[in-house]
Amino acid sequence: MNDQAYVRFHNIVKKFGTVVANDSIDLDVQRGEILAILGENGSGKSTLMNMLSGIYMPDSGSITIDGKPAVIRSPKDSIKLGIGMIHQHFKLIDRFTGYQNIMTGITSNTLGYKKSVKKITELMDKYELHIDLDKYVYDMSVGEKQTLEIIKVMFRGAEVLILDEPTAVLTPEEITKLFVILRNMRKAGHAIIIITHKLNEVMEISDRVTVLRKGKNVGTLNTNQTNILELTELMVGRPMEPIIRRVECEPGDVYLSVEDVTAYNHEGIKVLDNISFELSSHEIVGVAGVAGSGQRELCEVIAGLYPVKKGSVSCMNQEIVGKTPGEIIKMGVSMSFIPEDRLGMGLVSSMDITDNMLLKTYRDGKGLFINRNPAREMARNIVKKMDIVTPGISTPVSKLSGGNIQKVLLGREIESNPKVLVTAYAVRGLDIGASYTIYDMLNKQKEKGVAVLYIGEDLDTLIQLCDRIIVMFSGKIAGIVDARNATKEQLGLMMTGKVMMYV
Amino acid sequence: MYRIAQKTGVSNKRAALYRLIGIIGALVVSSIFILIAKKNPLQVYTSMINGAFGSYHRIRSIIIKAIPLAITSFGISVAFKLRFWNIGGEGQIMMGAFGAAWVALSFPDLSKPLLLLIMALTGFVFGGLYALIPAFFKGKFNTNETLFTLMMNYIAIKWVTYLQYNAWKDPSGMGFPKIADFSQNAWLPQVFGIHIGWIVTLVLAVVMHIFIKHSKKGYEISVVGESVNTARYAGMNYKKIMLQALFLSGGLCGLAGMIQASGVGRTLSVTTSAGAGFTAIIIAWLSRLSMPVMVVVAFLFGAMVQGGVYIETAYQIPQAVTSIIQGMILFFVLGTEFFIRYKIVPIKKEQEQGGKE
Amino acid sequence: MNLTNLQLFLSAAVIAGTPLLFATLGEIITEKAGNLNLGIEGMMLMGAVVGFITAYNQGNPILALIAAFLAGAFGSLIYAFLTVSLRVNHEVSGLALTTFGTGFAGFLGQAYVGKVVPGNVRQAFGNIKIPLLGDIPFIGEILFNKDPMVYLSYIVVIIIGIYLYRTRKGLNLKAIGENPAAADAAGINISLYKYVNILIGGALCGLGGAYLSLIYVPAWQESVVAGRGWIAVALVIFVTWNPYKAIAGAYLFGGLDILGFRLQKFQLNIPQYFLDMLPYAATIIILVIASVKRSKKNLPPQSMGIPYFRENR
Repeated sequence: MNDQAYVRFHNIVKKFGTVVANDSIDLDVQRGEILAILGENGSGKSTLMNMLSGIYMPDSGSITIDGKPAVIRSPKDSIKLGIGMIHQHFKLIDRFTGYQNIMTGITSNTLGYKKSVKKITELMDKYELHIDLDKYVYDMSVGEKQTLEIIKVMFRGAEVLILDEPTAVLTPEEITKLFVILRNMRKAGHAIIIITHKLNEVMEISDRVTVLRKGKNVGTLNTNQTNILELTELMVGRPMEPIIRRVECEPGDVYLSVEDVTAYNHEGIKVLDNISFELSSHEIVGVAGVAGSGQRELCEVIAGLYPVKKGSVSCMNQEIVGKTPGEIIKMGVSMSFIPEDRLGMGLVSSMDITDNMLLKTYRDGKGLFINRNPAREMARNIVKKMDIVTPGISTPVSKLSGGNIQKVLLGREIESNPKVLVTAYAVRGLDIGASYTIYDMLNKQKEKGVAVLYIGEDLDTLIQLCDRIIVMFSGKIAGIVDARNATKEQLGLMMTGKVMMYV
Repeated sequence: MYRIAQKTGVSNKRAALYRLIGIIGALVVSSIFILIAKKNPLQVYTSMINGAFGSYHRIRSIIIKAIPLAITSFGISVAFKLRFWNIGGEGQIMMGAFGAAWVALSFPDLSKPLLLLIMALTGFVFGGLYALIPAFFKGKFNTNETLFTLMMNYIAIKWVTYLQYNAWKDPSGMGFPKIADFSQNAWLPQVFGIHIGWIVTLVLAVVMHIFIKHSKKGYEISVVGESVNTARYAGMNYKKIMLQALFLSGGLCGLAGMIQASGVGRTLSVTTSAGAGFTAIIIAWLSRLSMPVMVVVAFLFGAMVQGGVYIETAYQIPQAVTSIIQGMILFFVLGTEFFIRYKIVPIKKEQEQGGKE
Repeated sequence: MNLTNLQLFLSAAVIAGTPLLFATLGEIITEKAGNLNLGIEGMMLMGAVVGFITAYNQGNPILALIAAFLAGAFGSLIYAFLTVSLRVNHEVSGLALTTFGTGFAGFLGQAYVGKVVPGNVRQAFGNIKIPLLGDIPFIGEILFNKDPMVYLSYIVVIIIGIYLYRTRKGLNLKAIGENPAAADAAGINISLYKYVNILIGGALCGLGGAYLSLIYVPAWQESVVAGRGWIAVALVIFVTWNPYKAIAGAYLFGGLDILGFRLQKFQLNIPQYFLDMLPYAATIIILVIASVKRSKKNLPPQSMGIPYFRENR
């Protein structure tokens, strides 16, 4: 325990139904310090911090701030206590300008527009935070949005700053910039908490690190007295080499070939610009890029879900462009797509596992009626094969955990023995164990001869898992690199369009 | 101080109990209006029940009232399953009745089975086509279907008003604005003293239940209703499915209109639909889109209307009180949803004190 | 149609449009708070019947308006409790409110069917010409020689306009409708804002209903609202949630409403019943137009119709 603690959690418990999200957690942070909270997805990091920001209330336990007990019933209470939280999903209003977002909810300040802008500008200069205040949020990049969020909480006089997975969507360059800002704030005497599951960032930025596992605090360490291996073991609960295995195979025939594909969204903006690449059997090709660089559109074009202006996509030598997904299925093209939005596209959330198995096979068999027996059989099979934790095959998939939902989806798609497998953010929101299961499965598919397209966000994973990496930048291919000798810095520069490169 | 937390694991039985408590609560609060009318609520409710179930004759008229409610609910719930808010049952009933009347008045001498069959088909098709119009625009431009279908109700009613008061006005009606009665061949036959609409209702309840739960089309409708993106992903043509489902939805409402015109009114009039299109929305929602449950709920609603008619004559309490009770039941059952999904947790004492320091 | 006829027509359109204007303004602030209230028809009926009964029994125009205002607010209070406190589905709650309001008006109004508003109340709602503005050629007569309620509607438009576009509170309100989670995180008391705006919205619908029973008809009949509440819901979309544009939209529909009646004079060969369809058909047309030309600027509040619960992520 630290006597100078500015914020202290004591014996905090929080349950959701029967799930214990936080189990008697003690934790503290002082001024002029950066504390990292490290833990896997689902370990209770965000829940814990949301009790500081007023989103949740603890079931029991207490919080003190500056030595005084604090009851935080709402975000309003939290703001009053000088707490500012930057949520993982930004709490910004798209159709407001930066200025409007900053002023929303502020009633004490009666300054006019000009004086307020002056005050904000002073703040921006002090911490080297710079954005255009009159720009609408829907026109901002992810980095700008995050900067706006930081300005917003600083303008409200935050003494404690909490950042929930702030680097998940940033490029390496933006991460460097963010860390400079955070160090400035530490120097100014703020208490900073950064929630993350990335070990190298913990090592780089934090003074101390608290590790959570399954809702429990399993240890608080001084960063300069620990190392990545020790932290991994604490986080996962068993010794683990944080390296993803790459299966070496000789690439086979070209299974998927994308040529000069250009597509526009419904607002007439070009979202894919002359995309060309090939994907072969026994190969995993990664796609990297800042969020919204055209990855989602590329996947949907391949799956026949997105209109193509020009170009061609051929899968196993069959042209797909201009066909609907229904027609593609009828043509017998052997392709599976694991979409980013699992419950909103890949599965039907209110239906059970059996009925979700039917999604692509319900047409089988003659007559007007569905035969559910094969689907039940398949559901039982997949639950067993993939170790899906579920009360039964008639449980709605929305009741399952994120990792199990993804296993249901992947299981169904792999069961159809595809030749081409397209996955979008396959491990997003999954814990390390589940992520590794997914990587293993992709590797197995590769060994079997499947051509895999892996859209990812974590550059380390992409480099370790894939054979080649396609880097996208604002709808274009900035380069295709061999993963075996790619570096994160190089990929980062390409992602922001600063370097173009072809291999 | 209290705060609200989510809860899980409320069993269906318990949820049903909550809803039942909600309905009782609605009746209790509705009695305020009976008190306003200076009557004893307990007495009024008792005689409402007596007025509804008191004799074979009364039960028969409940069933007659429940038939259009049930069939329209089946229709409405097909659209609701798709998350298409079809508030246009009223208009679709009217157009179905109009189609049936057109056939009945044009071919009064056809043999009874053939004439009735053609009337039913025409009624179905007219109701279906009428529902297709908003569905088309929803598919094409994502036009708000709630308001669209609602406006279509008013237009259908004005159309039938025009027929009744002008184009089809019965010249032998001695100036009274009504459409001529159908020929006897166009009357639905009776079984056990009730027109065969009740058999149609029971058959449809089974058929529609199987259709939604076990047919390929029913599966498609469920998927589209849950998520259009998932439907597209699975290779379904969701616009086509929406049009098909809405044709069925409107068609069933149209069939209800045909049954009303042929089995009850013996002709078409502006009162053919009698609010069934609106009441059916409540019934479909309360039944959680389950067709067999709808039959029961429709019967109870029929009983409520029948009881309302009775207390109007017996106590001079306006029949509108049944609308109040219906609204109130909806309010309360809606409210109970909260208690099924959330719980109220007191904030602990010691935390409370902490905040005041 | 000559100039005098046109002036008379437009003048009548303003009167027919005023109840729509009140209801549309009420729904605008309700929807800006992120709540879709389909109970307008019901609240207008509640306001109409309570306003009428008060006027009939008390003979006091101010009291009648206050009663109608409160009746509308009462209806929306039920809705607000269900949707804000109990987080229930907005659509069904609104439909329930309309069912309830219809029954409420039918029940309380039955004894008054066919009764007429007392003379002194009608007198109080007589036309008052505004000096100077009322003398503007052509327009003066149409807009500034009207009953006090019309002037009240102008004032409400201006107040709501300033509220939405010029005040911090208006900014907060819009933030709630757009993204309640963001507004919550910014420290705004969401429930309070929602309650206040829904209640005022309902009260304005109540006034709209009272305008129909007290001034427009002015007598009690059960079908006094006749779908105008639903038209108002559509008008909100048509005028893209803008209170100033609501004036034009409401008068346009007021014009359509009376067109049938006016055209009869010209011995057209169109049956009355088809002209009666006009407002409804026109509503459908504006719905389609609004859906075809949807752009970033005139979208509905992004979170409209979705109940907000802080702990939902």
